[in-house]
Amino acid sequence: MTSRIAHIASNTFREAVRDRVLYNLIFFALLMSAAAVVVGQISIDIERLVVINLGLTAVSLFGMVIAIFIGIGLVSKEIEKRTLYTVLSRPVRRWEFIVGKFFGLAGTLAVNTFLMAIGVFVALLYVSHHFQTQDGWVLVALYFIILQFLIITALTLFFSSFSSPLLSAVFAFSLFVIGSFAEDLRGFAGMTHGATRWLATGAAYLVPNFSALNIITSVAHAQPVAGRLVLYNSAYALVYATMAISGAVLVFERRNLK
Amino acid sequence: MSGSRRVTVICCVLLATSLIASVLLLRRVDQVRTGATLEEVLYISSPRALKALSLGYSGLLADIYWTRAVQYYGNKHHEGARRFDLLAPLLEITTALDPQLLVAYEYGANFLAPKPPNGAGMPERAIALAEFGIRNNPDAWQLYYNAGFIQYMELRDYAAAADVFARGARVPNAHPFLILLAGKMAEHAGDRQMARMMWSTSYQTTKDIDVRANAAAHLRALQVDEDVTNLEALTARYQQQNGRFPASFSELEAAGMLRAVPRDPLGQTYTLMPDGSVNLRTPNDFPFIEKGMPADYVPPPSPKILPSD
Repeated sequence: MTSRIAHIASNTFREAVRDRVLYNLIFFALLMSAAAVVVGQISIDIERLVVINLGLTAVSLFGMVIAIFIGIGLVSKEIEKRTLYTVLSRPVRRWEFIVGKFFGLAGTLAVNTFLMAIGVFVALLYVSHHFQTQDGWVLVALYFIILQFLIITALTLFFSSFSSPLLSAVFAFSLFVIGSFAEDLRGFAGMTHGATRWLATGAAYLVPNFSALNIITSVAHAQPVAGRLVLYNSAYALVYATMAISGAVLVFERRNLK
Repeated sequence: MSGSRRVTVICCVLLATSLIASVLLLRRVDQVRTGATLEEVLYISSPRALKALSLGYSGLLADIYWTRAVQYYGNKHHEGARRFDLLAPLLEITTALDPQLLVAYEYGANFLAPKPPNGAGMPERAIALAEFGIRNNPDAWQLYYNAGFIQYMELRDYAAAADVFARGARVPNAHPFLILLAGKMAEHAGDRQMARMMWSTSYQTTKDIDVRANAAAHLRALQVDEDVTNLEALTARYQQQNGRFPASFSELEAAGMLRAVPRDPLGQTYTLMPDGSVNLRTPNDFPFIEKGMPADYVPPPSPKILPSD
């Protein structure tokens, strides 16, 4: 079972790395980091701030775009090319296929983030000539960004298990935007009353909470991140991704592929 | 159980457990991140920059900032805070993003101007906020009322209050009270009478539940102050006539000075002290009172504002 999942994951990884769009996006992310250096030089005393803000934002946005645009094709492309039938005709279960695809894309994104992070740290070194202790928080912010990718990848996979690529992209992107305002959404829910409050609170808890995973601004200001937040965010990303993957498996198990 | 069925059952269980776990974890995350959103808000403190960044969706962003302002004040007030440093910038950003959001100006007049712990103690910024609102909504009489309210309540500037009420009275469909308030300001009417008039207008015209509850609390406090003043005047008169203070309100009733045992605005009877003074039984329920407090009374750090209805 594990080897079958690993095999699908490594194939997904290879396929994604071969994708030219992926290279372009990495190139753009590195370009953004280079731009950060330029902006940093004209921003007196806030070079580091600008580099961290711009660099991490680029890593996050480019990763999100990669996650959504690769994720939406993971299932549909296999059906379209009829390769899915070849895979499923072997002793591979449908859930193994979904889980393998998830790990494949998650791995791709982790590698991408690692490469882009190198770009950010090189830019940071360029503007400040040495690393500081507080730069360690940038690593935590990057870790949170990867957690965001895990959630969005699982969600994209869930949508692509029953919807067209275009609609899956729209759904995933919308959830990303809504999730970025999740804390405000819970604030809105708290201001309502009666049945509306229950409904709004339920909806606010159902959407992924990307706002707690976005600590770019605070690490740019060298603010420390609580250890408990790292723990809770890690657990949250894990259970949310599990929830979305379970949903994707449930749908895909029942899908008529004939 | 077939393989497919087993997968379905496992997935359903995973789905349900993950959903519950995610909600519980989010609540934990919220506990760790109390106020984090608000702290981050003001990394971009320029309303103009935020408006540019909103890419035309400034209305939605204004709603978000408005929610944050209300939550910020509510949480801080609940904690009994003495400083509300972010309230002014949050309201300024909100109104810069949506200058037509009248409720934000009203909120500013009620909670930005008063001294802590009832507000941020920034009457000048509250006035500036109200004047910004007037410039952007010259036909909204409520904004003139808000500005005059701060001038009178916090700054005791009768001339400025009279001027702004008079300006508001000239607005089409203005509340008829404005012209009355302008006149009363000009003649420096008795403070308690004027305050009651102002808070009543706030209570009747607001749509915001916090503002309404605040106005109701002030009206109750004014009633208590008036009751206690009158009752203590009666006990003093009784002492002059009988050489001693009354032992109970029944003695005042028997002497024909009272029709019934007096009750506070929440229905509790007042307490008559041996020295003729009159106290409330539950002073914590009456923030803003100036009279009727027991001698050793220490008000709670966070004023208790009861719901208005």
